[in-house]
Amino acid sequence: MSAEVIKISPPLSDEDVERLKIGQQILISGKIYTGRDAAHKRMVELLDQGKELPVNLKGQIIYYVGPTPARPGQVIGSAGPTTSGRMDAYTPRLLAAGLKGLIGKGMRSEEVKEAMKKYKAVYLAAVGGAGALIARRIKQARVVAYPELGAEAVYELVVEDFPAIVVNDVWGGDLYIEGRKKYAI
Amino acid sequence: MCQEANFQLGPDVLAALERGLKEETSPAGKDILRQLIENARIARENSVPMCQDTGFTVVFLELGQYVHITGGDLYAAINEGIRKGYQEGYLRKSILGHPFERKNTGDNTPAVIHCRVVPGDRLKITVAPKGGGSENMSGLKMLKPAEGVAGVKKFVIEQVSMAGSNPCPPVIVGVGIGGTFEKAALLAKEALLRPVGQKSTLPDIAQLEEELFTEINKLGIGPQGLGGRVTALAVHIEVYAVHMASLPVAVNINCHAARHKSIIL
Repeated sequence: MSAEVIKISPPLSDEDVERLKIGQQILISGKIYTGRDAAHKRMVELLDQGKELPVNLKGQIIYYVGPTPARPGQVIGSAGPTTSGRMDAYTPRLLAAGLKGLIGKGMRSEEVKEAMKKYKAVYLAAVGGAGALIARRIKQARVVAYPELGAEAVYELVVEDFPAIVVNDVWGGDLYIEGRKKYAI
Repeated sequence: MCQEANFQLGPDVLAALERGLKEETSPAGKDILRQLIENARIARENSVPMCQDTGFTVVFLELGQYVHITGGDLYAAINEGIRKGYQEGYLRKSILGHPFERKNTGDNTPAVIHCRVVPGDRLKITVAPKGGGSENMSGLKMLKPAEGVAGVKKFVIEQVSMAGSNPCPPVIVGVGIGGTFEKAALLAKEALLRPVGQKSTLPDIAQLEEELFTEINKLGIGPQGLGGRVTALAVHIEVYAVHMASLPVAVNINCHAARHKSIIL
């Protein structure tokens, strides 16, 4: 586990992603996109039909979140990560389309881990249940696709020093496995 | 009540997080526990939900047998309260009307309501919003009676181990043992309502809670599953009479945002 904090800003290149290793703390600034199950399903359907995605995912990061509604004057409500495993069925397709980063919480499937190695992408964990704290790092939010999905719509977020930890890197490392091994008695 | 439950983390949970912070040896784990405590403060001070998953609204009613409710349907009134609370409190509406159609009802109704008739002339209402992530990691097994306490321990530990990082550890583990299939599940959920860390009043069950707590925290899962010693904040067990042929055991996992609010009318 490294104490070093690394700042990243999408779009990410293969080289940007390759230098990230499990256990590193990351601060993200710039634009990221949100997406949950429903939006993933629709995006993969578009890819299946050979159509363009509503946002160009090349080099981008998707954050798995369904925020609470913003109060008047707020940018966004509570906005912590949701369980990533529900996106596993769709993720390899989006990685093939150029997606470079995934933010969520919880374990990924072997297929997703393999796809991350193959297409050079990283999986980052945000702190589940820290929705009020994380919301403070989100400076702007606007819906860019599927507004009819409500909390499940695709948002473009502008974030500043959004905190996350590298869980799966392009080298096949998995912090959920390594971390647990280290502390198991 | 829906809003208070979502904005204000209970003092029992906060105290358990503080205890966890002292016991955790992993630096990343300590950092996460600090963030969770800070998150609870921000949520409380700004009336923001502590977690974006403001849950399925589970309502427990203890209806005194002398209470007579007039002027309409009690369950409809509860759903109306949820509709209002979730709208006015800017809480997320997470409920879909049908498991396959998956269309959002738009107001977080209907609630899951459990009603028990009790002696007396009061009505106690407990609102316990339950997040999907931790609920998904729950499980139930009909054990053979011969498997006994050892079988129960094995199942509970396997369940928490399999859940890993998914249910947002540190978790509170609710266990229901005995009764029938559905009773065991309900007992597990009721176990989560107990103040965090309060032991069972039955000495053998309190002992089992302690043993499971120790075993679970040896798994190494830690805060958010990134490795550490604080995987569970507590293990609560409820038991009930059981058929001679059965040994049901249910595990209901709650994330660290263990939310509930009660009032007595």
